[in-house]
Amino acid sequence: MDGLFIDDISMRFDLPDGGHVQALKNVTLDIKSGELMSVLGPSGCGKTTLLNIVAGFLAPTEGQIVLNGHKVEGPDPERGMVFQQGALFEWMNVRDNVSFGPRMKGAQKSAYTEKVDHLLEIVGLQDFKEKAIYELSGGMQQRVALARCLANDPDVILMDEPLGALDALTREKMQSLVLDLWKDTGKTIILITHSVEEALLLGERLLVMAPRPGRVHKEYRLPFADLGVGQDLREVKKHKDYNTTREEILSMIWNMEEEIMGRAEESA
Amino acid sequence: MTGIIVFAIYVGAFFGSYLILSRLVSSFFKRTGFNKLKTVTFGDESAVVANRLASILSVVTLFWLWVAFTNSTIPLPKMPGPFLGETSFTYTATLEDGTTDEGTVTVLVYREDIQLTRDADGNPHQAPGDPEVEPGDGFAKNDSTTVARYGFKVIDVWKNDEVSKKDGSRITALNGKPIEPGGKIKTSAGEIGLTDKGTPTFAPATGLRMQRLYLPAPEIVVERFFFLNTEGYQGFSLLAHTGYSVMRVLVGFFLGALVGIPIGYAMGLTNWSRGWFDPIVEFMRPIPPLALIPLIIIWFGIDETGKIVLLFLAALWIMIIAARSGVSGVAISKVHAAYSLGANKWQILSRVIVPNSLPEIFTGARVAMGVCWGTVVAAELVAANVGLGKMIVTASKFQQTDIIIVGIIVIGVIGFGIEVGMRKVENWLIPWKGRI
Repeated sequence: MDGLFIDDISMRFDLPDGGHVQALKNVTLDIKSGELMSVLGPSGCGKTTLLNIVAGFLAPTEGQIVLNGHKVEGPDPERGMVFQQGALFEWMNVRDNVSFGPRMKGAQKSAYTEKVDHLLEIVGLQDFKEKAIYELSGGMQQRVALARCLANDPDVILMDEPLGALDALTREKMQSLVLDLWKDTGKTIILITHSVEEALLLGERLLVMAPRPGRVHKEYRLPFADLGVGQDLREVKKHKDYNTTREEILSMIWNMEEEIMGRAEESA
Repeated sequence: MTGIIVFAIYVGAFFGSYLILSRLVSSFFKRTGFNKLKTVTFGDESAVVANRLASILSVVTLFWLWVAFTNSTIPLPKMPGPFLGETSFTYTATLEDGTTDEGTVTVLVYREDIQLTRDADGNPHQAPGDPEVEPGDGFAKNDSTTVARYGFKVIDVWKNDEVSKKDGSRITALNGKPIEPGGKIKTSAGEIGLTDKGTPTFAPATGLRMQRLYLPAPEIVVERFFFLNTEGYQGFSLLAHTGYSVMRVLVGFFLGALVGIPIGYAMGLTNWSRGWFDPIVEFMRPIPPLALIPLIIIWFGIDETGKIVLLFLAALWIMIIAARSGVSGVAISKVHAAYSLGANKWQILSRVIVPNSLPEIFTGARVAMGVCWGTVVAAELVAANVGLGKMIVTASKFQQTDIIIVGIIVIGVIGFGIEVGMRKVENWLIPWKGRI
């Protein structure tokens, strides 16, 4: 019963004017333990809603989430979350941010100090332990967020566009870091992104979602994540299938966007 | 009139000192640091840095204006002052048969605040008596009188004359110039004239300086400051007056924060609390605390309790709203992250919501302290036994302008001190404010 099972999830938001929005419709996914799945899709396809349901911040109108044999009822440290930005605690220094999870569980200082130091070393922030969050660059802040999540040793890591606010160069470095962490820790990762390249490079499994209602449109199994571990990601981009897959997904999303525009014009 | 001159000088000082100093000491007018390299500075607010030379000159100018327009003893250029000392003018009395005679009126002009000055033994000076003059010959005798600066005197010149006004003696000229009743003549010492009934009058020249009643000179205010510290006023030293006002503000504010912040958190965290307190807060918030003073006096009298309740109410709503908006200002991703990291509700409140709302609460606290300080002075103006507001309102009843000015300066300094102190505490407690 290992793994994350997304069982026929539907999500309907009621609007104040009596109407409703079908954010997700009959989404079923079976994610094996240790899988890295990236999720792509145009705005409004329900990918963030899906992530919030898995995280336990939202209850689905239908269906259920089952992790390692038990039903998900709410947020829990077994499912860690990495946000785009601004989810770090500015009133704590880097080390206290990373040790937040263990401290909340009431762990003794001696029990987590070593782990926190180790994680900060992995993400390359061993010299920034005492720094305040606002003294760090955006990329460093996301490194802290990754370390903070890992310090809790979750079974699943949910990433909601964690690199979305970073500049292109930092982003590339961080993509390598995510891949390395994934291989080193063997965590199940669900990563939401707007960038097709990022989804291709990081997603062992790639999910393209379609909007109105939010649903799984197409699924890929890709070799690039495995190739990219410990490698220069620019080399991976030279792989013969990389560009063709990228073009295919891009035109798929373009068509969806145009369809949305068309529908909007019809209803207007 | 004086006001227009003050304003004109002030405007002139603003532009004039800039034009002169920007050529003389150009080092104070160069942009420094990164701003030095900016070619576009007009419209770029970040390139605007307060010119400290201007700040110093601004204060110096204000001080100089104060000196220049009062009868100060400080040796700085001053406006023409009021006439002081002895002067005289002649009057020509004409009888019904046409005979005329001339008499001289000697007027001694003395300081209007002479009773406020003290001699070497510490006793107040008295107003001087009439100067002694020879009566002279003819039917119109010489007269003498006294008048205070800025004053006005109707002079009965006939009281020692051989022919009285009733017997047909009229004044037809002053200083040799013919004059009708109601007329006026300017002299170097002031203005002489006749009333509508034909009695001579004298008003000494006032110059452009203000009399002590309206604006005492700086040294008088400084002297009064030390006097208030040693001798006190209305039974309390200046320190005691200040201490009472500050104590009321601190206690009232502290109680307001103590009650208001938890209520604000509750309003930000639970539906029931928000629904329960919303009507009260929304109704009470727009009521100026000053409007509550009459009711507070009826309920609690003019003792400390009333003041503290008033200041408690002044701070309460501000602190409730600050705490409530502090909670709503917490990014939901922080709360989600904390839950995902295993925090329970209590930990969410104490580790995430409280620290995250501190900036808002501090902004509220600064506003509340300012409002409390304004309210306490106003409340003391209305009714109190002791306090800075009480001190200045009592002084105003006795026309002790110097005490009022000391009070206003102390009120300003304390208010400024509160603001600066709160900012220091803020920077120390929440260094991340404005940097995320």
